[in-house]
This record gives sequence, C-alpha cells and structure tokens, in this order.
Amino acid sequence: MRASWFPVLLVLALATALTFLTLPIVAIFVDSSPGELVDALGEQGALEALWLSVRTTAASLAIILIVGTPAAYLLATRSFRGKAMVVTLIELPLVLPPAVAGIALLAAVGPSGILGGAVEAAGIELALTTAGVVVALTFVASPFYVRQAMAAFAAIDRTLLDASRTLGASEARSFARVMIPTAMPGLVAGTALALGRALGEFGATLMFAGSFEGITQTVPLAIYDRFSTQFDSALALSAVLVAVSGAILLSVKLVQGSEALGVAAN
Amino acid sequence: MLRIEARTRLGELELDVALEVPAGDCLALAGPSGAGKTSVLRVASGLLRPASGRVECGGETWLDTERGVDVPPESRRCGYVFQEYALFPHLTAWQNVAYPLREMRRSERRARAQELLERFGVGRLADSRPRTLSGGERQRVAVARVLARRPGVLLLDEPLSALDARTRAAAARELEAVLREVEVPALLVTHDFAEAAQLGDRVGVIDAGRIVQEGTATELAAAPRSAFVADFSGAVVLTGTARGGPNGLTHVELDGGGAVTSTDRGEGPVAVSVYPWEIAIEPETEAAHGSTQNRLVAEVLSVTTVGNRVRLGLAAPQPLAAEITQVSASALDLHTGKRVTATWKATATRLVPSETKENQ
Repeated sequence: MRASWFPVLLVLALATALTFLTLPIVAIFVDSSPGELVDALGEQGALEALWLSVRTTAASLAIILIVGTPAAYLLATRSFRGKAMVVTLIELPLVLPPAVAGIALLAAVGPSGILGGAVEAAGIELALTTAGVVVALTFVASPFYVRQAMAAFAAIDRTLLDASRTLGASEARSFARVMIPTAMPGLVAGTALALGRALGEFGATLMFAGSFEGITQTVPLAIYDRFSTQFDSALALSAVLVAVSGAILLSVKLVQGSEALGVAAN
Repeated sequence: MLRIEARTRLGELELDVALEVPAGDCLALAGPSGAGKTSVLRVASGLLRPASGRVECGGETWLDTERGVDVPPESRRCGYVFQEYALFPHLTAWQNVAYPLREMRRSERRARAQELLERFGVGRLADSRPRTLSGGERQRVAVARVLARRPGVLLLDEPLSALDARTRAAAARELEAVLREVEVPALLVTHDFAEAAQLGDRVGVIDAGRIVQEGTATELAAAPRSAFVADFSGAVVLTGTARGGPNGLTHVELDGGGAVTSTDRGEGPVAVSVYPWEIAIEPETEAAHGSTQNRLVAEVLSVTTVGNRVRLGLAAPQPLAAEITQVSASALDLHTGKRVTATWKATATRLVPSETKENQ
C-alpha cells in the first residue's frame, strides 16, 4: 500500500492538465448552437476573413517551402564558419514577441523603414495591404518549417547522398530524388507547424498590415474585431479555427503514424 | 587498370597511398579501423578530394590535382557498394536498381532491373522495400544496382561486415563469383585479413594511412615484412633479441624469459612471429624429442572452443596463442592454470625487425 500514492498522483496530474487544456476548446462549441454557428459564418465579413486567411496562409507557405527547403538542406549538409550564428538568426523569430516582429517589419520594409524606399521604388506596397499580411505570416512562420526541415535533412544517412552521386546523379538531382523523399515525414511536420502558426498569426499582422476588412483582416483579427460587439460571430470563427487546427494536427499524426507503422511492421 | 595516388591529411591521419589494380583483378586493402581504408575508396569515387593526387581508370583521368582535373562523382563510372549498402528507403528493390538507368525508357528500366535482380536470385523481391529485406538480400540488391551502371571500377567497402555469420559464407562465395565475372578492376576494403585473403587476388595491408605491404595473401602470411603485418595476418608476435647461432640458425632471447630458434636471419631487437596453428601442445614434463626446436613452458590462461578447434591463450611468459583440435584438447585435459609446453619448428618462426617504421 505504501507505494501506491505515486501512480495516483500521476493520474491526477494528467487529469488536471487534460481538463485545463480541453475545457476552453469544448466551451467554444457548447456555448453556441450549431445553427447559430452556421448563421454567423454566413455573414459577409466572416466569409471574407476566412477567404483572406486561406489565401495569405497559402501564399506564405509557398514562399516558405520554396526558399526554406533548399536553405534548410544547405544548413543540414554543409559545415561552415559561423553556421551556428546563421541558425540562431533564423530561429530568432521563434522567440520574438509578435508585436515586436510587426514593429521590426515596419522598421525594415515599412514606408519609412530602412528598405522602404527600395520597396516602394520596386512598385510594391506592403504596409496595410494583403501582401503585407503575407510578409508578416512568412516572417513569423518560416522558422518553424526551417528548423524542422533542417533536423529532417540532418537525420538522413549521408551515405544515401554519396550513393546517389556515385550512381550518376548530380547533387541537384540527388536532392530532388533522394533527399526530399527521404526527409518527407519531417518536411510535412514542419509544414504543419508553419501552417498552424501562420493561420493563428495576430500581433505581427496587426502591427504591420493593420486590420482592414477584406484586405488585411484575417480570421484572428476578425475575431478580435468582433468580440465586443458580435460575440456569436467571434465564437463561430473561433470554432472554424479550432476545427482547422485540429485537422492539421490529426493529418500530421496520420502521416507520421503510417511511417512509424510501416517501420514497426518489419 | 585503376591507378590511385593520393596524399592528404584527414584529422589525425596522414593518408599517403599509391596503388594499381589491373582490369579483372581485385585488390583487397586490409587494415584496422581508422587506417584510412574507406578514404581510399572515397578518393577513387570523387567523394573525397585529396590535397594532392591522381586517379586514373580505364584510360580516363578522373583526378589530377596538378592539372586541376577533378571529375565529379556522378561522372566517374564507379560501382561503389557501401558498407551498409545505402539502399534508398523510399524506393522498392527494382527502383533502386533502376536508379542509375535514367537514360532508358520506363518499361526498359523495369525489365533491365528485373533481369539484374534475377541474376542475383532476388527477382521475387523486386517490389519490396529495403527495410523488409534481410542483410544478404540487401547486399544482392546493392551489387545489382552498381552493376546496372556498367561501372568502370568496382569499389567495395566492408562488403560482408553487415551480415551475420551464417549469411556471410554464402555471400562471400557469391561476391567471389561476381568479382571473377566482371572485367573491371575491383578495390575492396576490409578489417578482416581472412576476408581479404578470400576475396582479393592481392592483399594490401594498410596501417595509419599507408600501404605497408602488398602481395598475395600467402606471401604476406609467409613473409610479413613487419610485426604489424604478421600480427594482422593472424600470427602471434613475441619480442626479443636475436643473434646468429650455430648451423646458420638465429637464436632469439625472448623478453621476459625463454628462447627460440628461427631459420630466418636477424640481429638485435626483433619481433618473432608464428601462426597459432603451427604451435603444438605437450604436457609440461615431456622430454624433448622429434624435430621441433622451439619449446616454451607456458601456463594456460584461457580455453575457447571455435568450431572443431580449441584456441588456447597462453602465458609463456609473453602472451601466446595456439590452436589445436578438440580431440587433443580433451586428451591433454587442458584447463586454466595448467602448465604445458608449447612447441613449434624453427622453420615456422618468422623474424622481423621490431622497429616496424624502418620497414615501410
């Protein structure tokens, strides 16, 4: 009997954590009836916010994947002077408060920022535009992907790359045909993390791009905008975000689960 | 003909090798881990660029640091079989074999890959992923994959070390057959002298980045030029001081006590080598008889059965190993602590100067 208190303590700790973490999420769905949710979503502004979130998140993910994948590959496969510094700089936005990220972006590429003139000369308008939202999302979300992709590439047995080279494939071809497919589970996980972060982005977008319906007002901004006046609508949008985030998490688990099962089967 | 010359610094190791392998021949480089064996293969295949050196194969120059020639790995026709085989985990067996065949049409690639897999008896595994294959099957797929490229040279890194003892003998025979069949030079590296002797037409013993002796396995075992080669080829090595004795024989006072006679010549500090299977064991009290010149009283330290043989660890007082049959071992009632006499012929006793560096 003397030793039995410890398992009880473990179960209690888990029960507390589970309740605390799931109760607010369950409350979103309980606090409003499904009918109200659908009605609130049908409203013009809510649909616009959803559509804007989808477009900006997709655009920033495309940029992150295209630039981040080769960059992560380079960091994972080469060693050079100052590499630790480069990795730290890339990871910095992870720990940056979102509001600071927004201010930093304004200072860099805003109208009066250090590169503001150059950006304007190139005919690109970023502050208070949809393009600005994409910049803010990319800034805060890309480290999540790059970190994960780097770990995935670094975990690959280097002799696979050597084998590909000696079998007649150039490094570029080896990258496309061997390294990316082999790193795929890690790349998918990184994409999901970046997707989740971009979809929920609030602070940096608000500071850098503002909150204009249909132009820069993504779902999190729309929720904030509504919650004092149209609480039902805010609740409905929140429910959608919960559903999407849950779906992302689940699909990552499925992708990685099927890999794990495949290995376990042998 | 494959010709490699390379000098380069790799951490603590100073690699400095020169070797030639005629077409159809296999040179086996044998040496302990960290000797630079794999680095030689990496230089040959272009995965490692030495500070200075040349690599030529079949009339093509792949590397010439003096003239600034350095053909990238994908353009050297090397059939490199990696130690753990390096099969691509996301591709099936046939897709692995077809990987180098990218100039062919898809249907042709499949047919050619299937043909190669059949040749190694693994045709039925064409659609399997590497992780479902056994070590022996992986090795066959890996060999099929490098042959698909019609390589100008075969490079084999520890081809048998990833296999369990039972698969190893069969895999070694298959590999021997492949090496006999291919008409290109082959360079194999291994840490196991017996494996090198079995698979190589010639054996080069490599130590600390240098090839210390090259020859047929028999030549190396019979006439090791250094204590390292003797030890590596499986011999027991004792140290002592030699001086000329009567009848053209050499008398060696062993360090720590005891003396032996050899038909080799030597003077001063020497290493005495003898193979464990040349050593016979008699009861301690047995009087000298017959033709064996060397008799050392020894204490049994260990008795290990290896198949139908027994390997004895002895203190004479320098460490000595003997291999005798199971039958003799039981007849002698050997056990730890028992005192016996180890005997062997002067003609089986090799002498080499103990300062191995002078011999390189």
